[in-house]
Amino acid sequence: MASYAETGFRSALLRGDAPVPEGLTDGAGRPAGRRYDVYRNNVAVALREALETGFPAVARLIGPENFARAAGMFLRSHPPTSPVMMEYGAGFPEFLEGIEALRGIGYLGDVARLELALRQSYHAADAPKLDATRLAGMDEVALMGARLVPAPALRLLCSSWPLLSIYRFTIETGRPKPPARAEAVVITRPDFDPVPHLLPPGGAGFLAALTRGETFGAAVEAAGPGFDLSATLSLLLRQGAFSDLLTD
Amino acid sequence: MFDTTSPLPPLPGVGYKPQHYSAILDDPAPVGWFEVHAENYMGNGGRPLAQLRALSERFPISVHGVGLSIGGPDRLHPDHLARLKHLVGWLNPASFSEHLAWSTHDSAFLNDLLPLPYTPATLTRVCDHVDEVQEALGRQMLLENPSSYLAFAESTLDETGFLHEVVRRTGCGLLLDVNNVFVSATNLGYSPQEYIARFPMDAVGEIHLAGHDEDHDDHGAPLLIDSHGREVAEPVWALLELVLDRAGPLPLLIEWDNDVPNWPVLAAEAARAARALDRVTA
Repeated sequence: MASYAETGFRSALLRGDAPVPEGLTDGAGRPAGRRYDVYRNNVAVALREALETGFPAVARLIGPENFARAAGMFLRSHPPTSPVMMEYGAGFPEFLEGIEALRGIGYLGDVARLELALRQSYHAADAPKLDATRLAGMDEVALMGARLVPAPALRLLCSSWPLLSIYRFTIETGRPKPPARAEAVVITRPDFDPVPHLLPPGGAGFLAALTRGETFGAAVEAAGPGFDLSATLSLLLRQGAFSDLLTD
Repeated sequence: MFDTTSPLPPLPGVGYKPQHYSAILDDPAPVGWFEVHAENYMGNGGRPLAQLRALSERFPISVHGVGLSIGGPDRLHPDHLARLKHLVGWLNPASFSEHLAWSTHDSAFLNDLLPLPYTPATLTRVCDHVDEVQEALGRQMLLENPSSYLAFAESTLDETGFLHEVVRRTGCGLLLDVNNVFVSATNLGYSPQEYIARFPMDAVGEIHLAGHDEDHDDHGAPLLIDSHGREVAEPVWALLELVLDRAGPLPLLIEWDNDVPNWPVLAAEAARAARALDRVTA
Protein backbone atom coordinates (compact mmCIF):
# COMPACT_ATOMS: atom_id res chain seq x y z
CA MET A 1 0.00 0.00 0.00
CA ALA A 2 1.20 3.46 -0.86
CA SER A 3 4.39 1.99 -2.22
CA TYR A 4 4.93 4.97 -4.48
CA ALA A 5 5.83 7.32 -1.70
CA GLU A 6 6.90 5.02 1.07
CA THR A 7 9.66 3.15 -0.65
CA GLY A 8 11.50 3.94 -3.82
CA PHE A 9 10.06 7.19 -5.06
CA ARG A 10 10.60 9.13 -1.88
CA SER A 11 13.93 7.75 -0.73
CA ALA A 12 15.71 8.10 -4.08
CA LEU A 13 14.56 11.70 -4.54
CA LEU A 14 17.19 13.13 -2.25
CA ARG A 15 19.93 10.69 -3.29
CA GLY A 16 21.33 11.49 -6.70
CA ASP A 17 23.36 8.26 -6.84
CA ALA A 18 20.43 5.93 -6.02
CA PRO A 19 19.00 3.89 -8.92
CA VAL A 20 15.70 5.01 -10.43
CA PRO A 21 12.89 3.25 -8.51
CA GLU A 22 11.08 0.28 -10.03
CA GLY A 23 7.62 0.49 -11.51
CA LEU A 24 8.02 3.84 -13.24
CA THR A 25 7.69 4.02 -17.02
CA ASP A 26 7.68 6.46 -19.92
CA GLY A 27 4.04 5.75 -20.68
CA ALA A 28 4.98 3.16 -23.33
CA GLY A 29 6.31 0.58 -20.90
CA ARG A 30 9.98 1.50 -21.05
CA PRO A 31 11.78 2.33 -17.77
CA ALA A 32 11.41 5.98 -16.75
CA GLY A 33 15.18 6.57 -16.61
CA ARG A 34 16.05 10.26 -16.59
CA ARG A 35 12.38 11.22 -16.48
CA TYR A 36 12.62 10.45 -12.77
CA ASP A 37 15.59 12.81 -12.55
CA VAL A 38 13.26 15.71 -13.40
CA TYR A 39 11.60 15.25 -9.99
CA ARG A 40 14.96 14.66 -8.31
CA ASN A 41 16.29 17.84 -9.86
CA ASN A 42 13.14 19.86 -9.05
CA VAL A 43 13.35 18.94 -5.37
CA ALA A 44 17.06 19.71 -5.01
CA VAL A 45 16.87 22.97 -6.97
CA ALA A 46 13.78 24.25 -5.16
CA LEU A 47 15.28 23.62 -1.73
CA ARG A 48 18.70 24.98 -2.68
CA GLU A 49 17.14 28.13 -4.12
CA ALA A 50 15.15 28.61 -0.93
CA LEU A 51 18.44 28.55 1.01
CA GLU A 52 20.14 30.89 -1.49
CA THR A 53 17.27 33.35 -1.11
CA GLY A 54 17.42 33.10 2.66
CA PHE A 55 21.21 33.31 3.09
CA PRO A 56 22.64 35.64 0.41
CA ALA A 57 25.50 36.93 2.59
CA VAL A 58 26.58 33.39 3.47
CA ALA A 59 26.58 32.58 -0.25
CA ARG A 60 28.82 35.58 -0.95
CA LEU A 61 31.20 34.73 1.85
CA ILE A 62 31.84 31.16 0.71
CA GLY A 63 31.13 31.50 -3.03
CA PRO A 64 28.40 29.92 -5.14
CA GLU A 65 30.04 26.51 -5.54
CA ASN A 66 30.72 26.02 -1.85
CA PHE A 67 27.24 27.28 -1.05
CA ALA A 68 25.65 24.82 -3.48
CA ARG A 69 27.65 22.01 -1.87
CA ALA A 70 26.73 23.04 1.69
CA ALA A 71 23.07 23.55 0.73
CA GLY A 72 23.01 20.16 -1.00
CA MET A 73 24.32 18.47 2.14
CA PHE A 74 21.86 20.35 4.33
CA LEU A 75 18.74 19.72 2.24
CA ARG A 76 19.48 15.99 2.14
CA SER A 77 20.01 15.69 5.89
CA HIS A 78 17.49 18.39 6.89
CA PRO A 79 14.63 18.52 4.38
CA PRO A 80 11.86 20.97 5.36
CA THR A 81 9.43 19.69 7.98
CA SER A 82 6.69 22.13 6.94
CA PRO A 83 5.37 23.47 3.62
CA VAL A 84 5.86 27.01 4.94
CA MET A 85 9.17 27.61 3.19
CA MET A 86 9.71 31.03 4.80
CA GLU A 87 10.66 29.00 7.90
CA TYR A 88 13.11 26.71 6.13
CA GLY A 89 16.76 26.78 7.17
CA ALA A 90 16.44 27.41 10.92
CA GLY A 91 19.12 24.75 11.47
CA PHE A 92 21.41 26.00 8.70
CA PRO A 93 23.64 28.26 10.87
CA GLU A 94 24.55 25.40 13.19
CA PHE A 95 24.93 23.02 10.26
CA LEU A 96 27.42 25.39 8.59
CA GLU A 97 29.46 25.51 11.80
CA GLY A 98 29.74 21.75 11.67
CA ILE A 99 31.29 21.63 8.20
CA GLU A 100 35.00 20.99 8.69
CA ALA A 101 36.07 22.70 5.45
CA LEU A 102 34.35 25.95 6.52
CA ARG A 103 35.79 26.08 10.04
CA GLY A 104 38.27 28.75 8.96
CA ILE A 105 35.42 31.24 8.59
CA GLY A 106 34.61 31.43 12.27
CA TYR A 107 31.87 34.05 11.90
CA LEU A 108 29.94 32.16 9.18
CA GLY A 109 27.38 30.71 11.60
CA ASP A 110 26.68 34.12 13.14
CA VAL A 111 26.20 35.73 9.71
CA ALA A 112 23.71 32.96 8.91
CA ARG A 113 21.96 33.62 12.25
CA LEU A 114 21.69 37.30 11.37
CA GLU A 115 20.13 36.49 7.98
CA LEU A 116 17.72 34.04 9.60
CA ALA A 117 16.73 36.68 12.18
CA LEU A 118 16.16 39.28 9.44
CA ARG A 119 13.81 36.86 7.64
CA GLN A 120 11.94 36.03 10.86
CA SER A 121 11.58 39.73 11.61
CA TYR A 122 10.20 40.35 8.09
CA HIS A 123 7.37 37.87 8.65
CA ALA A 124 6.71 38.69 12.32
CA ALA A 125 3.36 40.01 13.48
CA ASP A 126 2.59 43.71 13.11
CA ALA A 127 2.40 45.80 16.28
CA PRO A 128 1.92 49.47 17.14
CA LYS A 129 5.04 51.46 17.99
CA LEU A 130 5.30 52.55 21.60
CA ASP A 131 4.85 56.30 21.97
CA ALA A 132 8.11 57.47 23.59
CA THR A 133 6.40 60.32 25.41
CA ARG A 134 4.80 57.74 27.70
CA LEU A 135 8.22 57.14 29.27
CA ALA A 136 9.01 60.83 29.52
CA GLY A 137 5.92 61.43 31.61
CA MET A 138 6.79 58.86 34.30
CA ASP A 139 8.55 59.45 37.63
CA GLU A 140 11.69 57.46 38.24
CA VAL A 141 10.16 54.91 40.63
CA ALA A 142 7.34 54.10 38.23
CA LEU A 143 9.76 53.89 35.30
CA MET A 144 12.11 51.49 37.11
CA GLY A 145 9.20 49.16 37.85
CA ALA A 146 7.75 49.28 34.31
CA ARG A 147 8.15 46.60 31.68
CA LEU A 148 8.72 47.37 28.01
CA VAL A 149 7.03 44.89 25.66
CA PRO A 150 9.29 43.95 22.74
CA ALA A 151 7.74 44.25 19.29
CA PRO A 152 7.24 40.84 17.64
CA ALA A 153 9.73 41.81 14.90
CA LEU A 154 12.52 42.59 17.41
CA ARG A 155 15.57 40.30 17.31
CA LEU A 156 18.79 40.48 19.33
CA LEU A 157 22.07 38.81 18.36
CA CYS A 158 25.23 38.88 20.43
CA SER A 159 28.34 37.85 18.57
CA SER A 160 31.97 37.55 19.54
CA TRP A 161 32.70 38.76 15.99
CA PRO A 162 32.15 42.20 14.39
CA LEU A 163 28.96 40.67 13.05
CA LEU A 164 27.12 43.67 11.65
CA SER A 165 30.29 45.16 10.14
CA ILE A 166 31.05 41.82 8.43
CA TYR A 167 27.49 41.55 7.17
CA ARG A 168 27.49 45.06 5.71
CA PHE A 169 30.97 44.64 4.25
CA THR A 170 29.73 41.46 2.56
CA ILE A 171 26.50 42.67 1.00
CA GLU A 172 27.09 46.39 0.44
CA THR A 173 29.76 48.04 -1.67
CA GLY A 174 32.01 50.72 -0.26
CA ARG A 175 31.72 49.60 3.37
CA PRO A 176 34.88 49.82 5.52
CA LYS A 177 36.74 46.70 6.58
CA PRO A 178 35.27 45.29 9.80
CA PRO A 179 37.08 46.40 12.98
CA ALA A 180 38.37 43.77 15.40
CA ARG A 181 35.66 43.79 18.06
CA ALA A 182 32.59 41.93 19.29
CA GLU A 183 29.27 43.36 18.15
CA ALA A 184 25.72 43.06 19.45
CA VAL A 185 23.05 43.60 16.83
CA VAL A 186 19.42 44.55 17.30
CA ILE A 187 16.97 44.09 14.44
CA THR A 188 13.93 46.33 14.39
CA ARG A 189 11.19 46.71 11.82
CA PRO A 190 9.97 50.31 11.89
CA ASP A 191 7.84 49.70 8.79
CA PHE A 192 7.96 46.55 6.68
CA ASP A 193 11.72 46.26 6.22
CA PRO A 194 13.83 44.86 9.06
CA VAL A 195 16.88 47.00 9.85
CA PRO A 196 19.93 45.73 11.77
CA HIS A 197 21.58 48.23 14.14
CA LEU A 198 24.73 48.10 16.20
CA LEU A 199 23.83 48.28 19.89
CA PRO A 200 25.77 50.86 21.94
CA PRO A 201 28.12 49.42 24.63
CA GLY A 202 26.33 47.47 27.35
CA GLY A 203 23.05 47.63 25.45
CA ALA A 204 22.81 43.92 24.77
CA GLY A 205 22.47 42.97 28.45
CA PHE A 206 19.86 45.70 28.92
CA LEU A 207 17.79 44.62 25.92
CA ALA A 208 18.12 40.90 26.68
CA ALA A 209 16.72 41.54 30.17
CA LEU A 210 13.78 43.50 28.76
CA THR A 211 12.98 40.75 26.25
CA ARG A 212 12.95 38.28 29.16
CA GLY A 213 10.20 40.42 30.69
CA GLU A 214 12.31 41.99 33.43
CA THR A 215 11.57 45.49 34.71
CA PHE A 216 13.29 48.58 33.38
CA GLY A 217 15.25 48.87 36.61
CA ALA A 218 16.42 45.25 36.50
CA ALA A 219 17.40 45.69 32.86
CA VAL A 220 19.57 48.69 33.71
CA GLU A 221 21.23 46.54 36.42
CA ALA A 222 21.81 43.78 33.85
CA ALA A 223 23.45 46.11 31.34
CA GLY A 224 27.06 45.47 30.45
CA PRO A 225 30.09 47.65 31.21
CA GLY A 226 30.12 51.12 29.72
CA PHE A 227 26.35 51.11 29.34
CA ASP A 228 24.96 54.24 27.73
CA LEU A 229 21.29 54.24 28.73
CA SER A 230 20.33 57.34 26.82
CA ALA A 231 21.94 56.28 23.52
CA THR A 232 20.55 52.75 23.75
CA LEU A 233 17.05 53.77 24.75
CA SER A 234 16.74 56.50 22.16
CA LEU A 235 17.84 54.10 19.39
CA LEU A 236 15.35 51.44 20.50
CA LEU A 237 12.43 53.82 20.90
CA ARG A 238 13.09 55.62 17.63
CA GLN A 239 13.22 52.28 15.77
CA GLY A 240 10.01 50.90 17.23
CA ALA A 241 11.68 48.14 19.24
CA PHE A 242 8.80 48.13 21.73
CA SER A 243 5.07 47.89 21.25
CA ASP A 244 3.83 48.69 24.74
CA LEU A 245 4.70 49.73 28.28
CA LEU A 246 3.26 47.84 31.25
CA THR A 247 3.07 49.36 34.68
CA ASP A 248 2.05 47.49 37.79
CA MET B 1 -23.32 21.36 -0.79
CA PHE B 2 -20.95 24.29 -0.40
CA ASP B 3 -21.59 27.99 -0.73
CA THR B 4 -19.72 29.51 -3.68
CA THR B 5 -21.14 33.01 -3.58
CA SER B 6 -18.08 34.87 -4.83
CA PRO B 7 -16.50 32.84 -7.62
CA LEU B 8 -13.67 34.20 -9.74
CA PRO B 9 -14.76 36.29 -12.75
CA PRO B 10 -14.31 34.82 -16.27
CA LEU B 11 -11.40 37.19 -16.92
CA PRO B 12 -7.62 36.91 -17.18
CA GLY B 13 -5.78 36.62 -13.89
CA VAL B 14 -2.08 36.34 -13.08
CA GLY B 15 -0.05 34.79 -10.33
CA TYR B 16 0.78 37.67 -7.96
CA LYS B 17 4.44 38.63 -7.54
CA PRO B 18 5.36 41.29 -4.95
CA GLN B 19 7.69 43.07 -7.42
CA HIS B 20 4.61 43.97 -9.51
CA TYR B 21 2.71 45.57 -6.64
CA SER B 22 3.11 49.24 -7.67
CA ALA B 23 2.61 48.52 -11.37
CA ILE B 24 -0.62 46.67 -10.57
CA LEU B 25 -1.97 49.53 -8.48
CA ASP B 26 -1.09 51.97 -11.31
CA ASP B 27 -2.75 50.00 -14.09
CA PRO B 28 -3.89 46.42 -13.66
CA ALA B 29 -5.54 46.11 -17.10
CA PRO B 30 -6.35 43.64 -18.53
CA VAL B 31 -5.96 41.57 -15.36
CA GLY B 32 -9.17 41.14 -13.37
CA TRP B 33 -8.02 38.95 -10.47
CA PHE B 34 -4.92 37.52 -8.80
CA GLU B 35 -3.79 34.17 -7.52
CA VAL B 36 -1.40 33.70 -4.58
CA HIS B 37 0.34 30.62 -3.26
CA ALA B 38 -1.18 29.93 0.14
CA GLU B 39 2.12 28.99 1.78
CA ASN B 40 3.69 32.39 1.04
CA TYR B 41 1.06 34.07 3.21
CA MET B 42 1.34 31.96 6.33
CA GLY B 43 3.61 34.33 8.21
CA ASN B 44 2.34 36.39 11.13
CA GLY B 45 2.46 39.83 9.55
CA GLY B 46 4.65 42.28 7.69
CA ARG B 47 4.62 43.31 4.05
CA PRO B 48 3.31 40.06 2.49
CA LEU B 49 0.08 40.09 4.49
CA ALA B 50 -0.33 43.88 4.15
CA GLN B 51 0.00 43.65 0.35
CA LEU B 52 -2.39 40.73 0.14
CA ARG B 53 -4.93 42.58 2.28
CA ALA B 54 -4.67 45.68 0.07
CA LEU B 55 -4.88 43.61 -3.10
CA SER B 56 -7.95 41.79 -1.85
CA GLU B 57 -9.73 45.11 -1.33
CA ARG B 58 -9.48 45.80 -5.07
CA PHE B 59 -9.49 42.39 -6.76
CA PRO B 60 -10.95 38.90 -6.38
CA ILE B 61 -8.25 36.60 -5.01
CA SER B 62 -7.66 32.93 -5.67
CA VAL B 63 -5.68 31.05 -3.01
CA HIS B 64 -3.68 28.24 -4.58
CA GLY B 65 -2.09 25.76 -2.18
CA VAL B 66 1.13 23.96 -3.03
CA GLY B 67 1.78 22.10 0.21
CA LEU B 68 -1.23 20.08 1.36
CA SER B 69 -0.03 16.85 -0.26
CA ILE B 70 -3.56 15.73 -1.11
CA GLY B 71 -2.23 12.85 -3.22
CA GLY B 72 0.07 11.57 -0.49
CA PRO B 73 -0.26 8.45 1.62
CA ASP B 74 0.02 10.27 4.94
CA ARG B 75 -2.91 11.97 6.63
CA LEU B 76 -3.15 15.68 5.92
CA HIS B 77 -0.93 17.62 8.29
CA PRO B 78 -3.32 19.07 10.90
CA ASP B 79 -1.11 22.12 11.55
CA HIS B 80 -0.99 22.92 7.88
CA LEU B 81 -4.70 22.51 7.44
CA ALA B 82 -5.19 24.85 10.41
CA ARG B 83 -2.88 27.46 8.83
CA LEU B 84 -4.86 27.20 5.62
CA LYS B 85 -8.13 27.54 7.47
CA HIS B 86 -6.82 30.67 9.16
CA LEU B 87 -5.75 32.24 5.85
CA VAL B 88 -8.97 31.36 4.03
CA GLY B 89 -10.89 32.56 7.07
CA TRP B 90 -9.56 36.12 7.20
CA LEU B 91 -9.07 36.59 3.46
CA ASN B 92 -12.30 34.94 2.30
CA PRO B 93 -10.90 34.41 -1.21
CA ALA B 94 -13.08 33.84 -4.26
CA SER B 95 -11.51 30.41 -4.74
CA PHE B 96 -9.27 27.84 -3.13
CA SER B 97 -7.43 25.24 -5.19
CA GLU B 98 -4.82 22.54 -4.66
CA HIS B 99 -3.06 19.80 -6.66
CA LEU B 100 -3.54 16.16 -7.50
CA ALA B 101 -0.03 15.47 -6.25
CA TRP B 102 1.94 14.82 -3.08
CA SER B 103 4.84 16.69 -1.51
CA THR B 104 5.11 15.53 2.08
CA HIS B 105 6.08 12.14 3.31
CA ASP B 106 7.36 10.99 6.68
CA SER B 107 7.26 14.61 7.89
CA ALA B 108 9.64 15.75 5.12
CA PHE B 109 8.25 18.42 2.81
CA LEU B 110 9.92 18.07 -0.59
CA ASN B 111 8.71 21.33 -2.13
CA ASP B 112 7.68 19.78 -5.43
CA LEU B 113 4.44 18.39 -6.85
CA LEU B 114 5.11 14.66 -7.03
CA PRO B 115 3.06 12.13 -8.97
CA LEU B 116 0.86 9.30 -7.73
CA PRO B 117 -0.39 6.11 -9.37
CA TYR B 118 -4.06 6.06 -10.32
CA THR B 119 -5.64 3.08 -8.59
CA PRO B 120 -8.86 2.46 -6.62
CA ALA B 121 -6.81 2.74 -3.42
CA THR B 122 -5.25 6.12 -4.26
CA LEU B 123 -8.65 7.33 -5.50
CA THR B 124 -10.20 6.57 -2.12
CA ARG B 125 -7.41 8.35 -0.30
CA VAL B 126 -7.52 11.44 -2.50
CA CYS B 127 -11.31 11.64 -1.99
CA ASP B 128 -10.86 11.34 1.78
CA HIS B 129 -8.34 14.18 1.70
CA VAL B 130 -10.53 16.40 -0.50
CA ASP B 131 -13.47 15.74 1.85
CA GLU B 132 -11.32 16.69 4.82
CA VAL B 133 -10.15 19.94 3.19
CA GLN B 134 -13.65 20.96 2.12
CA GLU B 135 -15.01 20.24 5.58
CA ALA B 136 -12.20 22.13 7.31
CA LEU B 137 -12.56 25.17 5.03
CA GLY B 138 -16.33 25.00 4.78
CA ARG B 139 -16.19 25.54 1.04
CA GLN B 140 -15.72 23.77 -2.25
CA MET B 141 -12.14 23.39 -3.48
CA LEU B 142 -10.78 22.99 -7.00
CA LEU B 143 -8.36 20.14 -7.73
CA GLU B 144 -5.71 20.66 -10.43
CA ASN B 145 -4.53 18.09 -12.97
CA PRO B 146 -0.75 17.53 -12.70
CA SER B 147 2.08 17.74 -15.21
CA SER B 148 3.64 14.28 -15.56
CA TYR B 149 7.09 13.18 -16.61
CA LEU B 150 6.52 9.47 -16.06
CA ALA B 151 3.78 6.90 -15.47
CA PHE B 152 3.30 4.23 -12.82
CA ALA B 153 3.15 0.62 -13.98
CA GLU B 154 0.61 -0.04 -11.22
CA SER B 155 -1.91 2.56 -12.47
CA THR B 156 -5.23 1.07 -13.52
CA LEU B 157 -7.29 4.26 -14.05
CA ASP B 158 -6.68 7.05 -16.53
CA GLU B 159 -6.29 10.59 -15.22
CA THR B 160 -9.54 12.03 -16.56
CA GLY B 161 -11.49 9.06 -15.20
CA PHE B 162 -9.75 9.47 -11.85
CA LEU B 163 -10.62 13.19 -11.69
CA HIS B 164 -14.17 12.55 -12.82
CA GLU B 165 -14.62 10.11 -9.95
CA VAL B 166 -13.10 12.54 -7.39
CA VAL B 167 -15.63 15.15 -8.50
CA ARG B 168 -18.50 12.69 -8.30
CA ARG B 169 -17.59 11.46 -4.81
CA THR B 170 -16.53 14.73 -3.15
CA GLY B 171 -18.40 17.49 -4.98
CA CYS B 172 -15.14 19.36 -5.55
CA GLY B 173 -14.51 21.40 -8.67
CA LEU B 174 -11.52 21.15 -10.99
CA LEU B 175 -8.75 23.47 -12.04
CA LEU B 176 -7.79 22.59 -15.61
CA ASP B 177 -4.15 23.41 -16.31
CA VAL B 178 -3.95 23.37 -20.11
CA ASN B 179 -0.16 23.54 -20.13
CA ASN B 180 -0.07 20.50 -17.85
CA VAL B 181 -2.33 18.65 -20.29
CA PHE B 182 0.02 19.43 -23.17
CA VAL B 183 3.15 18.60 -21.13
CA SER B 184 1.76 15.29 -19.82
CA ALA B 185 0.30 14.23 -23.18
CA THR B 186 3.58 14.94 -24.98
CA ASN B 187 5.64 13.21 -22.30
CA LEU B 188 3.45 10.12 -22.03
CA GLY B 189 2.47 9.87 -25.68
CA TYR B 190 -1.27 10.45 -25.70
CA SER B 191 -3.47 12.95 -27.50
CA PRO B 192 -4.07 16.20 -25.59
CA GLN B 193 -7.20 16.82 -27.67
CA GLU B 194 -8.68 13.49 -26.60
CA TYR B 195 -7.76 14.26 -22.98
CA ILE B 196 -9.65 17.59 -23.26
CA ALA B 197 -12.60 15.81 -24.89
CA ARG B 198 -12.83 13.42 -21.92
CA PHE B 199 -12.21 16.02 -19.22
CA PRO B 200 -15.23 16.64 -16.90
CA MET B 201 -15.59 20.21 -18.15
CA ASP B 202 -18.76 20.94 -16.16
CA ALA B 203 -16.69 20.84 -12.98
CA VAL B 204 -14.01 23.29 -14.15
CA GLY B 205 -13.91 26.53 -12.16
CA GLU B 206 -10.57 27.88 -13.36
CA ILE B 207 -7.97 27.42 -16.09
CA HIS B 208 -4.19 27.68 -15.77
CA LEU B 209 -1.75 28.52 -18.54
CA ALA B 210 2.04 28.59 -18.21
CA GLY B 211 5.23 28.20 -20.19
CA HIS B 212 7.26 24.99 -20.39
CA ASP B 213 10.81 24.02 -21.35
CA GLU B 214 11.84 21.34 -23.83
CA ASP B 215 14.17 18.44 -23.06
CA HIS B 216 14.33 14.79 -24.10
CA ASP B 217 14.41 11.43 -22.36
CA ASP B 218 16.93 8.55 -22.58
CA HIS B 219 15.49 7.47 -25.93
CA GLY B 220 15.48 10.93 -27.49
CA ALA B 221 11.71 11.28 -27.03
CA PRO B 222 10.52 14.80 -26.18
CA LEU B 223 10.34 15.54 -22.47
CA LEU B 224 8.60 18.81 -21.65
CA ILE B 225 9.26 20.43 -18.28
CA ASP B 226 6.53 22.45 -16.56
CA SER B 227 8.88 25.32 -15.73
CA HIS B 228 6.58 28.38 -15.41
CA GLY B 229 9.48 30.47 -16.66
CA ARG B 230 8.44 31.85 -20.07
CA GLU B 231 5.55 32.68 -22.40
CA VAL B 232 2.77 30.18 -22.96
CA ALA B 233 3.67 27.96 -25.96
CA GLU B 234 1.66 28.18 -29.21
CA PRO B 235 0.27 24.61 -29.08
CA VAL B 236 -1.03 25.36 -25.58
CA TRP B 237 -2.91 28.45 -26.84
CA ALA B 238 -4.38 26.25 -29.57
CA LEU B 239 -5.44 23.68 -26.98
CA LEU B 240 -7.01 26.47 -24.92
CA GLU B 241 -9.32 27.33 -27.82
CA LEU B 242 -10.56 23.76 -27.78
CA VAL B 243 -11.20 24.00 -24.03
CA LEU B 244 -13.05 27.32 -24.28
CA ASP B 245 -15.14 26.02 -27.20
CA ARG B 246 -16.32 23.24 -24.91
CA ALA B 247 -16.52 25.14 -21.64
CA GLY B 248 -17.29 28.74 -22.53
CA PRO B 249 -15.54 31.64 -20.74
CA LEU B 250 -13.76 30.78 -17.49
CA PRO B 251 -11.31 32.48 -15.11
CA LEU B 252 -8.01 32.15 -16.97
CA LEU B 253 -4.73 32.41 -15.08
CA ILE B 254 -1.24 33.07 -16.46
CA GLU B 255 1.37 31.48 -14.17
CA TRP B 256 4.92 32.81 -14.39
CA ASP B 257 6.94 31.84 -11.32
CA ASN B 258 10.56 31.67 -12.50
CA ASP B 259 12.56 34.36 -14.32
CA VAL B 260 9.57 36.58 -13.57
CA PRO B 261 9.33 39.34 -16.22
CA ASN B 262 8.42 42.98 -15.84
CA TRP B 263 4.74 43.76 -15.51
CA PRO B 264 4.18 44.78 -19.19
CA VAL B 265 5.35 41.35 -20.41
CA LEU B 266 3.00 39.59 -18.03
CA ALA B 267 0.17 42.00 -18.88
CA ALA B 268 0.72 41.19 -22.59
CA GLU B 269 0.22 37.47 -21.88
CA ALA B 270 -2.92 38.36 -19.94
CA ALA B 271 -4.10 40.46 -22.92
CA ARG B 272 -3.73 37.41 -25.16
CA ALA B 273 -5.79 35.43 -22.63
CA ALA B 274 -8.40 38.21 -22.75
CA ARG B 275 -8.64 37.87 -26.55
CA ALA B 276 -9.09 34.10 -26.22
CA LEU B 277 -11.93 34.72 -23.78
CA ASP B 278 -13.49 37.41 -25.99
CA ARG B 279 -13.74 34.90 -28.82
CA VAL B 280 -16.14 32.74 -26.80
CA THR B 281 -17.88 35.48 -24.80
CA ALA B 282 -19.74 37.12 -27.70
